[in-house]
Amino acid sequence: MSAAAGQLSDLGQARVQPACAGAHQSRWSHLLYVAPYLFLYVTLLVYPLFAGFWLSLHKADLFGGRRFVGLENFSRLLQDQVFLGAVGNTFYFILLTVPALAIIGLGLALALNRQTRTAAILRGVFFSSSVLSVTIVTLLWKVVFAPEGGFLANVLEAFGRQPVAFLNDADLALPAIAITTIWWCIGLPMMLFLAALQQVPRELYEAAALDNAGRWKTLWSVTLPSIRRTFALVLIIEVVLQFQLFGQAYLMTQGGPNNASRPMVLFLFEVGFTRWDVGYAVAAGQILFAFIAMAAFAQYLIARRKEAF
Amino acid sequence: MSAQFASGTVGRGFGDRLILGATIALAIVMIMPMLWAVGLSLKTNQALLIDTNSVLRAPWTLTNYYDILIGSGVFRWLLNSIIVSFGMSLGVLVLASLAGYGFARLDFPGRNVIFVLVLFGLAIPEQAVILVRHQLFSDLDLHNTYAGLMLPGMSAPFGVFLMTQYFKAIPTEIDEAAMLDNASRFKIFWRVLLPMTLPAQATLGIFTFLHAWNDYWWPMVSGTNPQMYTLTVGIASTQQNFAESAGLGYLMAQAVFAFVPVLIVYMFFQKYIVRAVSGAAT
Repeated sequence: MSAAAGQLSDLGQARVQPACAGAHQSRWSHLLYVAPYLFLYVTLLVYPLFAGFWLSLHKADLFGGRRFVGLENFSRLLQDQVFLGAVGNTFYFILLTVPALAIIGLGLALALNRQTRTAAILRGVFFSSSVLSVTIVTLLWKVVFAPEGGFLANVLEAFGRQPVAFLNDADLALPAIAITTIWWCIGLPMMLFLAALQQVPRELYEAAALDNAGRWKTLWSVTLPSIRRTFALVLIIEVVLQFQLFGQAYLMTQGGPNNASRPMVLFLFEVGFTRWDVGYAVAAGQILFAFIAMAAFAQYLIARRKEAF
Repeated sequence: MSAQFASGTVGRGFGDRLILGATIALAIVMIMPMLWAVGLSLKTNQALLIDTNSVLRAPWTLTNYYDILIGSGVFRWLLNSIIVSFGMSLGVLVLASLAGYGFARLDFPGRNVIFVLVLFGLAIPEQAVILVRHQLFSDLDLHNTYAGLMLPGMSAPFGVFLMTQYFKAIPTEIDEAAMLDNASRFKIFWRVLLPMTLPAQATLGIFTFLHAWNDYWWPMVSGTNPQMYTLTVGIASTQQNFAESAGLGYLMAQAVFAFVPVLIVYMFFQKYIVRAVSGAAT
């Protein structure tokens, strides 16, 4: 405040109106600007979060009946094979999607980082799926994977192979969802890498050219080291995003067959919104929150390092 | 942002053409599911039951689209999606602009603490709050209303964070110059500073609109009345109601009806959409 006042006097203007100078003072009335948002923030985000902490210590159902049970929900979760399976599925899914998204995204960015019309169109094509909703994406891919008359089934038959029921096979269901997800999400990592490639100082390439470095040498010793931070950022952003897998699994397999493709969020949804075991579902949500908060904190740390570069 | 594409000026030739060829092949794989859906939508259900490879041969038909026109909830869902997406975007822009200006320019008791607490909200995932929020909206009778569909999206802190950063980047000399002209605080905000934040408004508006248009979980559990379905929820409901092989052509026509307009809008606003989505992620 005093700094602001100092700036004002630096201007050397004596005719500043008191009402305006007041804007630089700490005033309750200034809260009016942030109050509308804060009201929504507290009622729809902060209150549900803390009420959730409290609710997760109860056995609660839809009809308002609740009984304090301490940490029983959490100990139940740790013994629930379906929940533990869902945790395992979630990590398996992250393993299937995140490295692929980062590597394919980087490859596309390197291939399309040029100022030609073709490259611009191709960039547009690879990002286009990102604007679709999950329900469209799953609809499109269900008719690709369908064992009878599906696109892949027709292709397999054309090569004289038996059609495969991808979504009804415990080993293939989650990988099929992963392929769908990579198709849906590839635009973002590509664009983040493209933005990073634009920031690599031109002098570095000129120096490499003077050294007669070839394409691969330049890639390994100039380009890739320059975008390390973006690579880490993309990995974390995608871990957070893919951790929240829900719609694809819900719409394509309902978590089946035999729980093979049920992720954590789908577990939470089923327990909370179809079995109405609310306290138990909220407890599962807390565990999910803990995982995501850790990843978000890592992202924050890396994003902060931007200033150091 | 001096564009320095073409880091590959080193060796134009066979290698470049190989990379281009591979990328084009991948792009064809990329659009194949969409083309397949369009093809299926142009065939009668009977023809598809016999052989889906028939999409490659005439006759094609628009019957499925005609069926959508005469009797389908799709238009109602489309209207709902438009209302909810525009409403939520407008709400976010108003709330985030006011709050961003407040945090960036005005002093009030506890300002910095409150701002940090709002930033913590960035790490709260929807899944951690959705159950309590659902009960809260039941108690307030907000389910199956437009307000109920719009409000949760307006509580997300991302917009406030973005606008605060943007207002902070505007030099304070501009406010001071306006103050010398005797302008009121609100007038400075409304007439002078707000117009300068248009690029951020565009980013935030597009991002929110896309988010609202594509959101699935909340509208599914809140707008349970088919009259209140958004397009995203409605399309999902048809997936569950139809035996897939029976109404395949009709189902795909609905999908095409839902995604082609989105892709057309995307083609026109590609630059802004890409900027909004990548800006929001980092």
